[in-house]
Amino acid sequence: MRATLSYLPLVLLAVAWEAIARLNLVDSSALPPLSKVGLAWVDLIRGGELVNNGAASLYRGSVGLLLAVLGGGGLGLCMARWRLLDVFVNPLVELFYPLPKSALIPVTVLWLGFGDGSKILLIFLGCMIPVTIGAYNGARGSDHALVWSARSMGANRLRMMWDVVVPSALPELLNGIRTALALAFILLVSSELIVSQQGFGYLIGYLGSTGSYEGMYAVVLTVAFLGFAADRIYQLFIQWLLRWRD
Amino acid sequence: MVAAMARLDDTASLAAAEAQISRDAARRLDIAFRGGAGIFSILVLLIAWEIFARSGKVTAFMLPPFSAVAERIYADAIGGELWRNLWVTMFRAITGFAIAAVGGIALGAVMARSRIVRWFFDPIISVGFPMPKIAFLPIIILWLGLYDVSKISIVVFDAIFPVVTATLAGLAGVEKELIWSGRNMGASERELMWQVALPAALPQILTGLQVALPIALIVAIIAEMAMGGYGLGGAMMSASRFADSRGVFAGIVEIAIVGYALIKAMALIRRRLLVWHQETAERH
Repeated sequence: MRATLSYLPLVLLAVAWEAIARLNLVDSSALPPLSKVGLAWVDLIRGGELVNNGAASLYRGSVGLLLAVLGGGGLGLCMARWRLLDVFVNPLVELFYPLPKSALIPVTVLWLGFGDGSKILLIFLGCMIPVTIGAYNGARGSDHALVWSARSMGANRLRMMWDVVVPSALPELLNGIRTALALAFILLVSSELIVSQQGFGYLIGYLGSTGSYEGMYAVVLTVAFLGFAADRIYQLFIQWLLRWRD
Repeated sequence: MVAAMARLDDTASLAAAEAQISRDAARRLDIAFRGGAGIFSILVLLIAWEIFARSGKVTAFMLPPFSAVAERIYADAIGGELWRNLWVTMFRAITGFAIAAVGGIALGAVMARSRIVRWFFDPIISVGFPMPKIAFLPIIILWLGLYDVSKISIVVFDAIFPVVTATLAGLAGVEKELIWSGRNMGASERELMWQVALPAALPQILTGLQVALPIALIVAIIAEMAMGGYGLGGAMMSASRFADSRGVFAGIVEIAIVGYALIKAMALIRRRLLVWHQETAERH
């Protein structure tokens, strides 16, 4: 009951949307009624367009993000452990950190064309930096006493990395990955909007250009919902993963 | 004896002072070493780029040498194209950011004070924050057309969320004692907000703004890429369409410099505004 009451404003917004569109307060092509958007969504699912393009997008997004987590996480941990690497790589991380990642879209197209490869590369490059910074800050904050006692108990470097440094770096690393997750959605959708022949962004642009605005709204809302749901699920995952902390 | 003690004392304090100096020197050396290593790494990156591009392993189309890209930037700067594009992009990003900053802080402050407003906006903010709002770009184009208004609107739409949440969190974290003593001294609710609560929440609000600024720049560039026209993003996209790879790489370097400068400027503003705060004192 409490939960429904707290989400009531969203229902009110939906009702207001429907009413404004039905009463023709604005042009119906600019704002089709929500109910028609819902019908268009069902059609897009039945016709397979939404499923096919969605699968393409999710494939690109998850591969790019996975590579970024592995690459960025590894780099961040190594930077925190080896000072020489830190001294020389950190300036480069600092240089690329403020780079608006969307600037990479045309370059990845130049290198790998319009297909999956360029999107995966874009997401990998764009999402790597926040993961690196999260892993680096987390690992640097790990307790020296823990590291020393692990070493004195005879843990070798790799073992110590995995058993001591990674767990203590985990909270910040996971936060970095959360930023990367949001960034992955942004980069994915915008690169597909700008240059693509497949995917959510492409479908949005295509439906918009053919004037089927109900469909366009349906896909936009789907993407927005997926971004929201991914973040919520990820937060639950973090809670589960960090349940050993108090 | 007393003289000897005094001399001993002197030597001790001298030793302490010397130790202090050598510690300072070591720290300065460390900072200098890091700074030097920073410039060194960037130089190595640029030289490696130049050598790799000229080695024949990649075509000049895939990776034009850095010197060619620098030449291109210089030519654009002389021709005035660079400044026009830069101005347009900065205008859109900064205007959008400013609107998001003022609107976000205002909304956050009102939400903190009014339960009804908070009840209404809470779910909207918490659902809207993690959404990829850039997906709404075609809808905003549909409503507002292809010009500055729609580009600035999408920037505001994207950048406002971190400001609102940071303002809310900051205001919620203000110590109750501060508010109570302010109230005791006869401050009105308005004075409490402006003179006690908002300044106390300023560090967190500024953090929200520091998150929002890069978002504003990213979104402004995406909007320019999607809609075309003037601006750094539009120029990069048309360079890419005409397979003008020097133009694309020139765009990246320009955008990287702009992003770097903006973030540094924001950090500087933070230090200026928080001179009174212990966060700033700890740095010195």
